[in-house]
Amino acid sequence: MAGAETSSVTIKVEFSGGLELLFSNQRSHTLTLPAAVPTDNATTVPVPSTIEATKPADITYLIHYLRDHLLQERAELFEENGTVRPGILVLINDTDWELEGEGDYVVKEGDEVVFISTLHGG
Amino acid sequence: MDSVIGGPEYPLPLEDYKRYGRQMILDGFGLQGQVNLSRASVAVVGAGGLGCPALQYLGAAGVGRIGIFDHDRVEISNLQRQILHNEETVGIVNSRLVIDAVTSAISASNALTLLAGYDLILDCTDNVPTRYLLSDTAVALKTPLVSGAAQKFDGQLCVYHYGENGPCYRCIFPVPPKPSNVGSCEELGILGAVTGIIGNMQALEAIKILTGLHDGKPVMHIYNALSTPPFRTIKLRSKREGCPACGTGALEKALVRDTDYVQFCGGLRPDWEHTGLAQGEAGKRIDAKSLSALLASDPFAVEIIDVRQPTEFGIVHLPGSKNVPLKQLVEYPQNMSRKSRSSSPAGWVTTHRRQQTRCEVSTEVRV
Ligand SMILES: [Zn+2]
Repeated sequence: MAGAETSSVTIKVEFSGGLELLFSNQRSHTLTLPAAVPTDNATTVPVPSTIEATKPADITYLIHYLRDHLLQERAELFEENGTVRPGILVLINDTDWELEGEGDYVVKEGDEVVFISTLHGG
Repeated sequence: MDSVIGGPEYPLPLEDYKRYGRQMILDGFGLQGQVNLSRASVAVVGAGGLGCPALQYLGAAGVGRIGIFDHDRVEISNLQRQILHNEETVGIVNSRLVIDAVTSAISASNALTLLAGYDLILDCTDNVPTRYLLSDTAVALKTPLVSGAAQKFDGQLCVYHYGENGPCYRCIFPVPPKPSNVGSCEELGILGAVTGIIGNMQALEAIKILTGLHDGKPVMHIYNALSTPPFRTIKLRSKREGCPACGTGALEKALVRDTDYVQFCGGLRPDWEHTGLAQGEAGKRIDAKSLSALLASDPFAVEIIDVRQPTEFGIVHLPGSKNVPLKQLVEYPQNMSRKSRSSSPAGWVTTHRRQQTRCEVSTEVRV
């Protein structure tokens, strides 16, 4: 296993376009995630030592984590089939997550992940 | 004869040099920029909160031809006068500005015809199906699409289908959100100044494209009136190879003609107001008149719980009602006081328009 200094990773998460309403109406959150997480994205914290199959914390895990620990409203407004529901844009350090590997992107210390719901009004 | 005003060397009428001089002297804009604008045509779809400010600035900048498309607003000709009047306040009336006012609803069957011939389309609409329709149409007609949207304190702005490999709306949002997850400005609220900011920026992006000042990079500008800084710009992916609208082997015009956009977006948006008026199970619903009569006979006959947001409750509510936002009610139904349960034959739950909450209330709450 890696040393203590890499056992967790702290990132900034932001919600916009109305998504903040699902997360205590708070736009900006600072999260500390375990650096190694179960491959099935179970979000029990701390990660039980019995878990054998682990992977580095990635965006898919983050989505599960947000759903299980921070979401205050109906889950279907945020998550669907293990990813974000259609109409939500995910940005990793101000770049569309599709340019960064989507859910497989491994979060790094200090990353900023933004979830934006598209607007349709005019 | 080249030096004649209006000739090849001075391609604009004399008054234009006076009127538009201040923007013409900008580096990168110049005479050519103004000539480009005067020869350009822009279609503005939706003449509401986004479209109106966009129209004013497009007209004032000297765009040659502007199409206004809006079937909801019969006073569209009034708007036409406003744009011309706005020009008057800026300088001389541009009698050469051509305005096409179209009041037929844009649909899959007429979009390609109605929007053909415009150099640029501005999406200033307020619903998801039309946004997909306009994007597909812009791709099929090979025009860029300047898309704006606003809700609450938020705004979003993006130029689609522009630049080398620029994505279209479908590339970024291949799957539409469920109708029940989409709120309208009417339900969620909107600050007029926010639509003004985004609408102005749509005009600005259009002017940049037409004058060659746009860098063509795919980005989305995101605005929140309450954040510092209020703007944020995000880098978008390029065109999606398999995009049904703009990818390899895309159907282009046939896609527009053959798509039922409302169906594609999951059907009509639920009509919450109408749903709320529906007759429910006997004893589980009450209309306003019956409630009023009941309270007149016995003011303590029922306890009224209003499950809307506190802000909405603060604007207007029924006398004697108590505000318990739905989320709290569903989460902690046990917190409802025993006294109120035993002393009341029933608890009535009121909501405004967002009647999707009703079903949860009836299943989760037994007061
Ligand atoms: Zn596309």
